[in-house]
Amino acid sequence: MATVSMSVNGKLVSRDIDPRTLLVDFLREHLRLTGTHVGCDTTQCGCCTVHVDGKAMKSCTLLAIGLEGAQITTIEGLAKGQELHPMQAAFREHHGLQCGFCTPGMIMAAVDMVNRKGNHLDDQTIREELEGNICRCTGYHNIVKAIHSGAEAMGAAK
Amino acid sequence: MYPFTYHRPDSVSAAAKLAGDAEAKVMAGGMTLLPTMKQRLASPGAIVDLNGVSGLSGVTVAGGKVTIGAMTRHADVHTSAELRKAIPALADLAGWIGDPMVRHRGTIGGSVANNDPAADYPAACMALGATIVTDRREIAAEDFFTGLFDTALEQGELITKIVFPVPQKAAYQKFRNPASRYAIVGVFVAQTSAGVRVAVTGAGESGVFRVKSFEDALSKDFSAKAIEAIKLPTDGLNSDIHADAVYRAHLINVMARRAVDAAK
Repeated sequence: MATVSMSVNGKLVSRDIDPRTLLVDFLREHLRLTGTHVGCDTTQCGCCTVHVDGKAMKSCTLLAIGLEGAQITTIEGLAKGQELHPMQAAFREHHGLQCGFCTPGMIMAAVDMVNRKGNHLDDQTIREELEGNICRCTGYHNIVKAIHSGAEAMGAAK
Repeated sequence: MYPFTYHRPDSVSAAAKLAGDAEAKVMAGGMTLLPTMKQRLASPGAIVDLNGVSGLSGVTVAGGKVTIGAMTRHADVHTSAELRKAIPALADLAGWIGDPMVRHRGTIGGSVANNDPAADYPAACMALGATIVTDRREIAAEDFFTGLFDTALEQGELITKIVFPVPQKAAYQKFRNPASRYAIVGVFVAQTSAGVRVAVTGAGESGVFRVKSFEDALSKDFSAKAIEAIKLPTDGLNSDIHADAVYRAHLINVMARRAVDAAK
């Protein structure tokens, strides 16, 4: 066992963990933040996407022990109280989901996409940037629409 | 995954010492190592995490050479404005690795040290005639990649940076596996003052290799037409469910021609 401390959604947390603990298990099992999902567990589907020091990464492929001092943001950290983040609101508005399992990862990837590529995203950029996020229900059309609109809304909210 | 002892050294010398243990594995981004450990295909007794070592990241261009620190993430290679001016082909290549999340974590040094036969960077290193700099010596790319997942690195030897001479023109073309994003065939073509170099990844049974017949033809005439008629032997090429050796041989020619056309 070893101790790791990091900031998760702005709150400092510290836990004794087995060095094998993946970030996603740390979030789900130790902190009970179950919004971050485990889909494939093989770095492909993107359901476990969170932000590490402001960049989207797959939390099933990171050791929690290696993230001493890091700033983690999960899907639970996006909304301000009852007010949804503009990207969350856009997914609801455009019905960018069916079963919802991939949605937390989609939204975290989408926010990261906007951070890197700006607020005016064309469909091709969105689709290319989503290659690390797999959805088995929607066929992606509404996800692309949601991200397009969420990106614009994030710009307007600034 | 099986249990291991975790080390997070803060200097190259401390990391090299820890990595000298035959049970230890060095972790850079972990984008290959951790999935491999999760599948129990690897079970190192100790992990030496390089993420606490400072001074191993960054891209610098000087004196006709690009130097990239071993811990530089693919995303940072891809978006480096200096690199895009000096070797745009290398900046492009980094943007075709994995997906955005993997590119935020995976590193050039980790990829080169792992020498996956379908990885992208080995082709760039071979075609550009890169030098792999370690904590103890400099190794020419030619001598570095020694076979499937095999390199000239000794136990505990750490890559610190990779130095790429700036070519006159270069391009990388990748025929991707649509699921894994790894290269089924990737061809890096570089025109240098010493002639043309062509390196292929994804296709060879023993990993990255150069294509002499293409290089000779392109050194005389740097045009797609110059290599169009050259048929490659299928000896030593991979055959699997994604592509058989005949198809891969064909793809090498197609990708090489596209790279010549795209070279800048």
